[in-house]
Amino acid sequence: MNSASAPFDSALFPEGVKRCKFKWFLFWVAVVHGPLMVGVIAMLMCWGLALNVTYLNNNYPFGLWIAADLGIIALGAGAFFTGFLRYIVNIDELKNIVNYAVVIGVVCYAAAQGILGVDIGQPLRGWFIFWHANVHSMLTEVAFCITCYFSVLCIEYLPLILENRQLNKLGFFHGMAHHLHGAMPTIAAVGVFLSFFHQGSLGGVPGVLYGRPFAYREGFLVWPWTFFLFILSAIACGPCFTILCTWITEKCAGKRLVKRNVIDILAKISGRLLVLYLVLKTLDTVYWVVIAEKVGAPLSSFYANQPFGYWVLITELGILGVIPAIILLNAKARQNENILIIACILNCSGIFMNRWIMTVQALAVPVMSFDKFISYRPNWIEYASTLMFVWLGVVVIMLSYRYLPIFPQEKELNPS
Amino acid sequence: MKEVHHKADEHHGAHKKTYKFGMVIDLDKCTGCGACMVACMAENNVPFRKDNSDRLRSNLWMRVYKISNGRPFPDLDISFIPRPCQHCEGSGHHHTPCVSVCPATATDYSHETGIVSQVYTRCFGCRYCMAACPYHVRVFNWWDPTWPKGMEKYLNPDVSVRMRGVVEKCSFCYHRYQRAKNKAYAEGRRELHENEYQTACTQACPAGAITFGDLKNPEHKVYKLKKSRYAFRLLEKLGTNPKVYYVSTRDWVRKAGDAYAGEEPKGVTHVTHA
Amino acid sequence: MFPFAFEWVPEATRYVFMGSLYAVLITLIIILHYCAIRAFLDMICKKDDHNSHH
Ligand code: SF4
Ligand code: SF4
Repeated sequence: MNSASAPFDSALFPEGVKRCKFKWFLFWVAVVHGPLMVGVIAMLMCWGLALNVTYLNNNYPFGLWIAADLGIIALGAGAFFTGFLRYIVNIDELKNIVNYAVVIGVVCYAAAQGILGVDIGQPLRGWFIFWHANVHSMLTEVAFCITCYFSVLCIEYLPLILENRQLNKLGFFHGMAHHLHGAMPTIAAVGVFLSFFHQGSLGGVPGVLYGRPFAYREGFLVWPWTFFLFILSAIACGPCFTILCTWITEKCAGKRLVKRNVIDILAKISGRLLVLYLVLKTLDTVYWVVIAEKVGAPLSSFYANQPFGYWVLITELGILGVIPAIILLNAKARQNENILIIACILNCSGIFMNRWIMTVQALAVPVMSFDKFISYRPNWIEYASTLMFVWLGVVVIMLSYRYLPIFPQEKELNPS
Repeated sequence: MKEVHHKADEHHGAHKKTYKFGMVIDLDKCTGCGACMVACMAENNVPFRKDNSDRLRSNLWMRVYKISNGRPFPDLDISFIPRPCQHCEGSGHHHTPCVSVCPATATDYSHETGIVSQVYTRCFGCRYCMAACPYHVRVFNWWDPTWPKGMEKYLNPDVSVRMRGVVEKCSFCYHRYQRAKNKAYAEGRRELHENEYQTACTQACPAGAITFGDLKNPEHKVYKLKKSRYAFRLLEKLGTNPKVYYVSTRDWVRKAGDAYAGEEPKGVTHVTHA
Repeated sequence: MFPFAFEWVPEATRYVFMGSLYAVLITLIIILHYCAIRAFLDMICKKDDHNSHH
C-alpha cells in the first residue's frame, strides 16, 4: 500500500481497494464545482433579489422546484425501502447495496430540503412550519417527516463514516459504529414509519386540493388515494434509482462494485411493485375521470391545452410505466445490463413525470371558465439552483466512495 | 376538527355576536370601470410597480374579469366579473380550501365574522394556499414593496404593508370591521349596524353593483339579494361554499361562472355551519 | 408545537401527530445515546483484553 505509486491519501482508503491519484480526484471535484457554483449564484440571486428572478408567477406558485422536490424524494425512497428489505424482511444479500442506498438517500433528502429553502419566499421563517404547525395540512406532515427522516438517514450514514480506516482505529468510534450496526433494525423501522407517511403525504399535497379537480382525489379517512399511490410509486422506482446510481458509479470507477444477483433482486422487486402501481393507478385514473366529471370538469378539459395534451397521460403510464414494468418482470431482459438500465431510466423518469403532472399540470389546468391558460417553463435560475443540489450530491458520493467502505463486495470483485 | 369548530361556535355564540359577512355583486349593473380595484389598492396599501401590466405578477386583491359569450356581432354580449376573495366556508368534510392547507396556520377562518384572514408576519411563502385556491385570489409578493417618493405618507395606517416573499389577499377590509367594532363598544353596543362596516370596493362602486353585509341577518340587504333566483356563486359545484354571490339575469353569465363546463346550474345550494 | 403554547388546540389529531413526532425524536435520541454509552463503556472496560481480540 505504501509503495511509491499509491496515492498519498491511500491510508484513508477502505482496506484493500484501489482509488485514482489524488490529483485526478481533485480535478474531477473541481470540474463538478463549475455547475455547482452557477447554482450557488442562482440561489444567492433568489435570496438576495427575491423570487421575481424566476419564471414562477401567481398562476404557477409551484414550478420546477416543487416538482423536483417531490421527484427527488420519490427517487430517494430506495434508501428506506432497501433498509426495510435488508433489516426487516431480512434479505441478507442486500447488505451489499444498502450502504450505497443510504448515501443516495442522504443526498436526495438534503437536496429536497435545500430546494425548499430556496423555494419559500421567506426562508428565515422556515421554522414556522414547526412552531405554528397546522396538523391538518399535508405539507406539515411532509416537513416533519422529511426532517426527522433526514436525521434517521444521517444516523444510518454515521457508522459508514466511523468505519473509515483511520477513524475506525479509535476505540470509541469503532465501538459506536459497531453498536449502531446493532441498532440498525430499529433505526430502519423508524425510517420506514417516517417514509411511509411523508411519501404518502407528498401525494396528499395535490390530492387534497378539492378546488382543483385535476389534482383532487377522494380517499380513505384523511388521506386521498394519491397518498397511497405516491408511496407505492416511490418504492417502485426507488430501487431502480439505486441501481441506476450504482451503474453510473461503476462506469465512473471503471470496475464492478456490486454483484449482479444483488442488483437482480432489487430489479425484480421494483418490477413487481411497478405492476401493482400501474394497476392501481389505472383504477384511480378511471375513478378520477368520473368524479371530475361530477364537478363539471370533463377529461377533455384537462388535456385541452398544449403542451399538456393527452400525450402526457399516454407517456406517463404507457411509455414510462408499462414498458419498464415489462422489462423488469422479464428475467432474461433483466440479465442484459443495457436493457435493465434503460428500464431503470424509464421507470425513474415516469415517476418524475408523475410528480410534475401532479404539481405543475394541476396548476396549469384552468378551473374557472373565464380563466386563461398560461404556459410555464422554468428559467435558468430555477434549473441551476435545482441542479446545484445534484452536483453537491455528486461531490458527497465521490468523497464517500473514495474514503468510506460503501461497497463490501468491491474487494472480492476486483482482486489486486 | 369540525366538532371543535362547532364547539367554538357555540362558545362564541354565548358571549359574542357572530356574523357571516358576505357580498352580493350584481353583474348586470357592473360596468367594468375598475373603481373597486383602485379603491381596494389604496385602502389596503397594495403594492404596485412602475409597470404593473403583468397580470401574472401584479397584486390585485380585487380583480375585474371581462367575459364574453363568444358570439358574432349582433348577438355579442359581454359581462364583467369583479372577484374579491370569496371567503369560502367549506362544506361537508371540506374545510376552507386555503386554510386547511397552510402548514403554518398563517391563514385562518374566523367563526366570529366568517372572514378568511391572512397573517403576513407568519406566512413564510410556501404558496401552497395559492395552489389550493381555485379563484386565483391569492397573490405572492414577488418584489419588496416600494412606493413613489412621498407616497408612503399617504399609506393607510390601519393596514400593515407586506414584505416580499409572503402571500396576501382580500380581507374584506377587516380593519374597518375592527374600527366599527371599537366604536360600537365605546358606545356600549354589541352589534354593528349594516352601514357601519362596509368594504372599500362597495363604497367605491359608482353603479352600486356591490352590496355588503351580514348574510345571516334578515335585516341586511344581502340577505334578500342572495336569495334571488338569478343568484349564483363561482364554481358552486366544487363545494368551496363561498360568501360572495353574483346576480345576473343573463343565462350565459351564470353558466360561465358556475362551473367551467357542463349543464345548466341548478341554483345555489346554501350550506351553513353556524 | 408544545401543549403549553397558546395555539395548542386540544384535539385528537394534534395529539396523535405531535405525539408521533416526539416519540420518533425520543427513540432516535435514546438510540444514539445508548450506542455512545455502550461504545464508551467498551472502550474503558475492554482496554485490557484488546490484544486478545487479535
Ligand atoms: S377564494 Fe381562495 S383565498 Fe379566498 S377563501 Fe376561498 S380559497 Fe381561500
Ligand atoms: S404561502 Fe403563507 S399563507 Fe400560504 S400556505 Fe404558505 S405559509 Fe400559509
